[in-house]
Amino acid sequence: MRAALDPIRIRVPMSTGGMIASAITLVVLLGAAAGVGFLVLSGALDGRWYDFRDLGVGMAHLTEWLDEQNAGQSEATRALLGDHWMSWITSALIGGIGILSFVGGVLLILIWVERRLIARIQVRRGPNRLGPYGLLQPLADAIKLIQKEVLIPEGADRFLFFLPPILVFIPGLLVWGPVPWAPNMAYLDLNVGVLYLIAISSLATVAIFIAGWSSNNHYALLGAMRTVAMMISYEIPLGMALISVVLLAGSMQLSEIVAWQAQHYAWMAFLIPFSLFTFFFASTAELNRTPNDIAEAESEIVAGFHTEYSGMKFGLFYAVELGNAVAVAAFVTAFFLGGWSLFGLELFIPGYIIFATKVAAGYFVLVWLRGTLPRFRLDQLMAFAWKYLIPITIAHTTLVAAEVTAMGALALPGVIELGVVAAVNLAFTVWVMRRWARFLGYRPETERVMQPKLTTQVGGLQAAERMRASS
Amino acid sequence: MTTAAEPYVLNIGPQHPSTHGVFRLRVVMDGERIQDIDMVVGYLHRSMEKLAEERTYTQNIPFTDRTDYLAAMSNNLGYCLAVERLAGVEVPERAQFLRVIFAELQRLASHSMANGTFINDAGAWQTPLMYMFREREKILDLFEMTCGARLTTNYMRIGGVSFDPPPEFYPAVEALIGELPERIAEYTELLVDNEILIARARGVGVLSAADAINGSITGPMLRASGVPWDLRKADPYCAYEKFDFEIPVGQNGDCYDRFMVRLEEMRQSVRIIRQALDGLPSGSHKTEIPLALRPAPGEAYARVEGPRGELGFYVVSDGGPAPARFHIRAPSLINLSLLRQMAVGASLPDAIVALGSTDIVVGEIDR
Amino acid sequence: MERGLPGVVTASTDEWVEVRPDRVVDAMRWLHDDAEMDAATISNMCGVDRYDHFEVVYHLQSLDLNQQIVVKVRIRNHEAPSMQSAYPVYSGALLQEREVYDLMGIRFEGHPDMRRMFLWEGYPGFPLRKDFLQIADHHPGLPHFPFETGEQER
Repeated sequence: MRAALDPIRIRVPMSTGGMIASAITLVVLLGAAAGVGFLVLSGALDGRWYDFRDLGVGMAHLTEWLDEQNAGQSEATRALLGDHWMSWITSALIGGIGILSFVGGVLLILIWVERRLIARIQVRRGPNRLGPYGLLQPLADAIKLIQKEVLIPEGADRFLFFLPPILVFIPGLLVWGPVPWAPNMAYLDLNVGVLYLIAISSLATVAIFIAGWSSNNHYALLGAMRTVAMMISYEIPLGMALISVVLLAGSMQLSEIVAWQAQHYAWMAFLIPFSLFTFFFASTAELNRTPNDIAEAESEIVAGFHTEYSGMKFGLFYAVELGNAVAVAAFVTAFFLGGWSLFGLELFIPGYIIFATKVAAGYFVLVWLRGTLPRFRLDQLMAFAWKYLIPITIAHTTLVAAEVTAMGALALPGVIELGVVAAVNLAFTVWVMRRWARFLGYRPETERVMQPKLTTQVGGLQAAERMRASS
Repeated sequence: MTTAAEPYVLNIGPQHPSTHGVFRLRVVMDGERIQDIDMVVGYLHRSMEKLAEERTYTQNIPFTDRTDYLAAMSNNLGYCLAVERLAGVEVPERAQFLRVIFAELQRLASHSMANGTFINDAGAWQTPLMYMFREREKILDLFEMTCGARLTTNYMRIGGVSFDPPPEFYPAVEALIGELPERIAEYTELLVDNEILIARARGVGVLSAADAINGSITGPMLRASGVPWDLRKADPYCAYEKFDFEIPVGQNGDCYDRFMVRLEEMRQSVRIIRQALDGLPSGSHKTEIPLALRPAPGEAYARVEGPRGELGFYVVSDGGPAPARFHIRAPSLINLSLLRQMAVGASLPDAIVALGSTDIVVGEIDR
Repeated sequence: MERGLPGVVTASTDEWVEVRPDRVVDAMRWLHDDAEMDAATISNMCGVDRYDHFEVVYHLQSLDLNQQIVVKVRIRNHEAPSMQSAYPVYSGALLQEREVYDLMGIRFEGHPDMRRMFLWEGYPGFPLRKDFLQIADHHPGLPHFPFETGEQER
């Protein structure tokens, strides 16, 4: 019984056969890695369609081949349908099915990951009954939600009630377009990618508000109001954090931003750490995740804007919230953590694997925050956004703009430039935040935790007065 | 078209993830500010006081388990003290020490739960609750080892305790006491300086000492408001005067102080259990009382310092086998007297946090 | 438990003080303000049905002096019992007096919110009274122990 209640310790007993098997596996893996390294270094892979490090290259070959087939079509067909219809339809199909299946698969796995991770943070095991290690849990959840009775409250606006789960899912899919998995692997590589992202992610706010309003329920309306207030407040720091990134990288295209980071061997996280913090924090507010999940604070207003949603409607809200969390992790990776680059290792390891690892790490940090921190109150959140984040972000962006102009004018060697930029930004962040906090009235020394006093004398009001006077 | 903001009524209803039990609050709100708050209780009213008039004194002991089901040992203790005072029954010393040990273990379990659910109300998705439940599980295992039940223990009897703890109890308690100080230190380290918790709980639900005393508040709430009043020191019952411990007194009377007072009381409980275990005398664990106990006509009021406050039992006897009146002074109900004062003017999350810090158990409110 | 002699009309014994039902506020206020008594808070408040009269028992507690004072109020009116509320002196009497009203039917004048607490408005009767639910020859209380007459008395 003791072992079950103590912190979970993993002990894997290894038999001799197991050790031999793992040794052999290790050797095989090392051999494979050496083989891949040799292939890469010899240049046998560059630009071939079987370059597995970057599936976009293979895709480019495919579209080229399709265009050749297209050119061999008859004149009438080409006049009717155009010169590239084969490659376009194929790439549309591949992209659409790809994103849908990717997001769907991610959502399924995420439910399992989130629950197991949070459980481990809470010293318990998490779902482990359904399937090996509980891997079929998301499937069971989906089946359970699908077969539930859909209850529509009597006073609810029926059409508006049906809309929000769909409306919230659409941005969840669309934001995955510009994400650059590898140098040539971005399905929707817009040259205004950053703008597109900010615009699409604002759609979720409308969906949530419609959900709260149409439910005809006080709790839902309260939750929706809180969400809308919070989300629009945090859009501004979000956008301004990204402006710093765009200024430094010189382009709004996501693949260019990542390429800039790869080329300069410097992640944005080192250069503009304040933007990373702002983007991360504002994203937790956009996602309605703890510590900013006041909109669906379970202990206060039951479930906030999705109180009245049951069955798969609720399932969609829940899944999309998790999916957006991974999307945010993906953006953090692309903008700040270098995307698919890893200081040169992307020649050997496929870019999308590096990207996926960083996304997983970012998602882990999000779950970690959720499991450990209490939540902020709404007015504290609003105060933080408007009084702290926005002024300091504006100042920071101005500073970055000045630095970019200086870098353009001075033309020093790249390393020195970037090192200076990083140092200046870090100092700025720390110094400005402290001064500004003090300016606004934050006095940590007077607010320091006061421990309760210990006494052995009992008494009433007079004793209380005496104790207070003696402190 | 004019838009007017009217106050609306929000029903934090009996089924709710955060009210600790079936307890209803009707809140009149204007936006996010609370204008008025009204409690509706009685969802768990089981008419225990009336039922107890038709059962013998010993048959009433399981009733007391079920009032405050998170602190059953303290309830049992208070009732047995009242009947012993009424009937003039002496309790052997070993039984007194055992009573102290179990009452303090119960206080540890109850405070673990209280602090855990308080932070749950403040928003940390049950993580501190799960950590504190580790200790609570071990304490409940100890209870099960001794009297067979984890929650509704029915352990004390009029004249002592019902069973002597089995031999495997003592090493288990020693092990628990050994590791509890570092566990409490772990909670302290993780939670006390947490900026978000401080921001949520500092200055919320403030009660001044004068208000608290006038409002009959007792327990950790009173001590957090600065009043050093603890029944274990003021009106010592069963051997508490032999132990050396201190009572924590807060300074501001807000939710954060209540949380800290409970945490500190857990440390003091460990001290008491240590001393009681070290000095446990041998002897019998209960006095034999007549099976047909008919106390002389009279009345008695005995109180214990339960985890929630002053848990009092007022028993009136008319010479028959059953009490003529059996009244439980429920600290949770009386601590709610000032809920309106704490909540009006605050925002809804603050009211929920203040409610969480009063540590109510609805079984006790409604009886 | 100390014996008190307020300047109000009382009856008293060694263990408690009895106060008239219409002078409760004065008595409480005197006990609260008197330096020797210093009844700072109501520790417990309870109603007892003694068949021919109702009794409301207050246990007042002084925190600084660490003493307890028992005050009883005897109400002989069985149809519409009422007495003064202690709320003007002690705000902790708020919920306890509602409980006594709910279960015993004793009205408290001067209480700001005289409603039933556990039971709903319109509930017929007051449960803790001894004459509640008189069925056939069932009397309140337990007449014998189960083994004393050889059969279960219910």
